Amino acid sequence: MIPTVIFLVALLLVTLGVAAYATYAERKVAAFMQDRIGPDRAGPFGLLQPIADGVKMIMKEDFMPASANRWLFFLGPAIAMTTALLTGVVIPWGGTLDLGGTAFKLQVADPDIGILYVFAMVSIGVYGIMLGGWASNNKYALYGAIRAASQMVSYELTMGMSIVALVILTGSLSLNDIVEQQRAGLWNIVYQPLGFLLFVICAFAECNRAPFDLPECETELVGGYHTEYSSMKLGFYLFAEYVNMFISSAVISTLFFGGYDVPFLDGLGLPQNVTVILGTVALFLKITFFIFLFMWVRWTLPRFRYDQLMDLGWKSLIPLAILNVLLTGVGYYLKNGI
Amino acid sequence: MATPITQPLTKRSQVVSEKRMTLMERIYLPAIVKGMGITLKHFFRLRKATVKYPEQLRPMSPVYRGMHVLKRDEQGRERCTACGLCAVACPAEAITMVAAERKNGEEKLYREEKYAAVYEINMLRCIFCGDCEDACPKEAIFLTDRLVPTDYTRGTFVYGKQWLVEPLDPALRVDVSKRQPKAVAEFKKDRNFAHNR
Repeated sequence: MIPTVIFLVALLLVTLGVAAYATYAERKVAAFMQDRIGPDRAGPFGLLQPIADGVKMIMKEDFMPASANRWLFFLGPAIAMTTALLTGVVIPWGGTLDLGGTAFKLQVADPDIGILYVFAMVSIGVYGIMLGGWASNNKYALYGAIRAASQMVSYELTMGMSIVALVILTGSLSLNDIVEQQRAGLWNIVYQPLGFLLFVICAFAECNRAPFDLPECETELVGGYHTEYSSMKLGFYLFAEYVNMFISSAVISTLFFGGYDVPFLDGLGLPQNVTVILGTVALFLKITFFIFLFMWVRWTLPRFRYDQLMDLGWKSLIPLAILNVLLTGVGYYLKNGI
Repeated sequence: MATPITQPLTKRSQVVSEKRMTLMERIYLPAIVKGMGITLKHFFRLRKATVKYPEQLRPMSPVYRGMHVLKRDEQGRERCTACGLCAVACPAEAITMVAAERKNGEEKLYREEKYAAVYEINMLRCIFCGDCEDACPKEAIFLTDRLVPTDYTRGTFVYGKQWLVEPLDPALRVDVSKRQPKAVAEFKKDRNFAHNR
């Protein structure tokens, strides 16, 4: 019980830390891709920048429009942040540690419906954005929120469909099972390249990352769903985006890139705890790569137009996802029978 | 009725094609990968364009029009004779002055019998067009490569003589040779003109 609580707190801190430094990384990556240097004033290489940003966010004036719905206005960022943080508990962060005789799994909870839990939490995240836009009592914020909601609902269909194909292969919804299966055989990316592509595209859309960052459109809607937010409430919205990005990267690594699996590591005969820790390090390297991918794409592609976004989602991605499910089903049938 | 133009007016005109995109173009992914290659190339490029401002200054054009200076002559006397031509030439009406008569014993301070007791430029109005230096017959006012410092209040932006007149110390004089064309410098040597004497 106590190790679980410690692990939970550590997980929370790691998630927040990674998200905080993702904001720094984002600015650095953006700068490097634009031939600039980026933040380098606070501390060596600007490493204290996230702390300075945090202090700034907290010290700023916290403003609320007079006509805003008081409670919903508070609830919006809270839901966005909470749901973003809740997803991390079902992800297997590593193998089983040996703590002086007692086995300890580096995963807070392993429900049979692991991946469905992730989806449920992500879906509730939409409420955070929707409530924020609605409670502001500002038509631009509402527009932004509606865009965000319809975009996230649309892309969730494809995302779920690409998972269906994966579940056909794995036969389990538990994230732990999915990882263990990849440890035994090949990574899922080999079997599901199309599903991976669809999942990544949808993950971008779900995290409201460019090129799908329509909920925040400074040119058209002043700012989007968080137009009326200031201080740390705005900070929560922005921060939740980075937490989501971290969790998405973890989910992508887990589903398609073997999670904490390192090929051929088990054959080296290292002590179990060392193997487990190396596995966790490997998982974090995979996550880092995907966070970098998020930023890489953001600073490469321009934002979609709204009708293009909907066209892509409904006319291209969903048919492709259905095709993927069909192909996977046929392949599974030919190999294993019913 | 106007006859339709059959010939392109310039060589830049292009025939617009409504060719449908090929499948490779329509799935976008090759183009996206190509674009990501370009950004990655820049990511690893070592030469960065950043100028670290307070420590490192961006080289400015030699004829940059920044904050004004009121020049002194070789003997350290103020050149300005408060004729008001700069104020008249100023399209933004940023310059005001009060003229005064030189008293006995002040010959070392002012070059002519009349001088500007008060000379003010409102830096918020100034558009840095350089008409004042063109209008000045005494080579007294120049725009320099110095920048007008920023501030939080409007009041401090009316610059009086304590900001504008260059220091007496020859080492601290403001170099305006870049803004003084050769023809002007030659002209100044012509002692036939009263104001060059």
